[in-house]
Amino acid sequence: MALLQNNFPTFLQGFGYTLLSSIIALIGSMILGTGFAIMQIVPQKWIQKIGNIYVQVFRNIPLLIITFFFFLVVSKYIKMSGFTSGTVALMLYTSAFIAETVRAGILAVNTGQMEGARANGLSFAQAMRYIVLPQAFRISLPSLGNQFINLVKNSSILAFVGGLDLMYQGNMIAANTFDTFSTYIIVAIFYLILTLPLSYYIQHLERKLKRAA
Amino acid sequence: MEKAKKRQFGIIATIVLAAVIVLGLMWATATATKNEEHKDTLERVERLGRIVWGVKADTRLFGLMDTKTGISQGFDIDIARALTVQISKQTGVPMSAEFVPVSSSSKMQLLKNTNIDGSVSTMTITPEREKIIDFTDQYFDAGQSILVRKNSGIKNIRDMNSSKYTIIVVVGTTAATELAKFAPKAKMLAVQDYATGMQALKSGQGQAMSTDNAILYGFATENPEYHIAGNAFTHGPYGIAFDNNQGPMIKQTNRALKTIKENGIYNQLIKKWFSDVPGLDWHSLEVK
Repeated sequence: MALLQNNFPTFLQGFGYTLLSSIIALIGSMILGTGFAIMQIVPQKWIQKIGNIYVQVFRNIPLLIITFFFFLVVSKYIKMSGFTSGTVALMLYTSAFIAETVRAGILAVNTGQMEGARANGLSFAQAMRYIVLPQAFRISLPSLGNQFINLVKNSSILAFVGGLDLMYQGNMIAANTFDTFSTYIIVAIFYLILTLPLSYYIQHLERKLKRAA
Repeated sequence: MEKAKKRQFGIIATIVLAAVIVLGLMWATATATKNEEHKDTLERVERLGRIVWGVKADTRLFGLMDTKTGISQGFDIDIARALTVQISKQTGVPMSAEFVPVSSSSKMQLLKNTNIDGSVSTMTITPEREKIIDFTDQYFDAGQSILVRKNSGIKNIRDMNSSKYTIIVVVGTTAATELAKFAPKAKMLAVQDYATGMQALKSGQGQAMSTDNAILYGFATENPEYHIAGNAFTHGPYGIAFDNNQGPMIKQTNRALKTIKENGIYNQLIKKWFSDVPGLDWHSLEVK
């Protein structure tokens, strides 16, 4: 407890950076992921190919390597801090998983929905936007929730590139106080403060949508 | 009926899970306290006939993992070997030396958990650390310096006292705390190990890397476009570390250290590892 009191501002700063990184990566990966999911199901074969390559590349490389790639290689040409490179890597990595989740959701929507929408004079984009995607999101919500929780936890990758996040501050505090055990328990509790409400919110959302359907 | 059954199952599962977590935590705390009041290290190594040394795996000249054999090599490792031989002679119990790679941030905890018996890992003797673990006499004299690009124009640590500079350090080293005294305005970037630190320096994440000069010499040898700027601005000799209150083990190790310093083995090892380092007066490291 004394450990928490003495280092509270540091923990809080780390918590703030973890939260910030998670929010940016979450919004970014949601947009990117949906984009690449659609790219994989449009009629044009070459666009499908690009979407597929993107997903396969980022889904099959460890997050740590992507992070180090941005931190050590890309930053030679474009200046970016550890926080930025970690968040960008996290965003790209998660977006590949979200693309797969959303794609599965879209495929699970009855093809009649798309055909019907097109027959009623909507363009492909309109049909996607107003008819198919809303249903797809509802179907994929449980696995999207998983991805979001993973994203928050994966943000601890920032610690490896000096991203000032919760894990980084935890490492610093553990190194200064030599009290590794208590420090990491406190860090874990801070992560729970982020992830538990998130998972309850997703559950709540699921129930709400089920009732609406 | 179906619903009631489901609910029953849910309740049982929750209780079982909660019990597992509580028992697990109790077990962990019990083990932790047992490790606290930890047996005599000398007694343990004599009984098992081996000393497990924590050594560095990412530090050229002191402890660097040979990727072909998977064994660390360096001054620290040779010192640990020589000490093991000497301690065996002193106690009359034959002992072998085993090596476990440790990082700057993990070595203290590994000592506490008795995963390693002792640590010869470029560890600076500090009063804060001495409260938690025991140190032997110093086995190497070091001080903190900065490594910068040759054309950077930075001459010493005082030049870096400005918020436009970022200095790279490794988590768990004394460098981080010392920098706050010598260049309080400079930003600090802490990475996990020296190899990453050097890469980060090369890709421009910081303008300097700071740690003990002895370690930086290794990097300067490898990377000719970098050099050490200015003299060492701290004095922080290395010690061999054991868990707290290990009087008998400390005594044996100090005796062994004194012996290898007197019989010339120590100077041989200094020559073996430091005689090729450019810009280093290795004779100053020898014991006279």
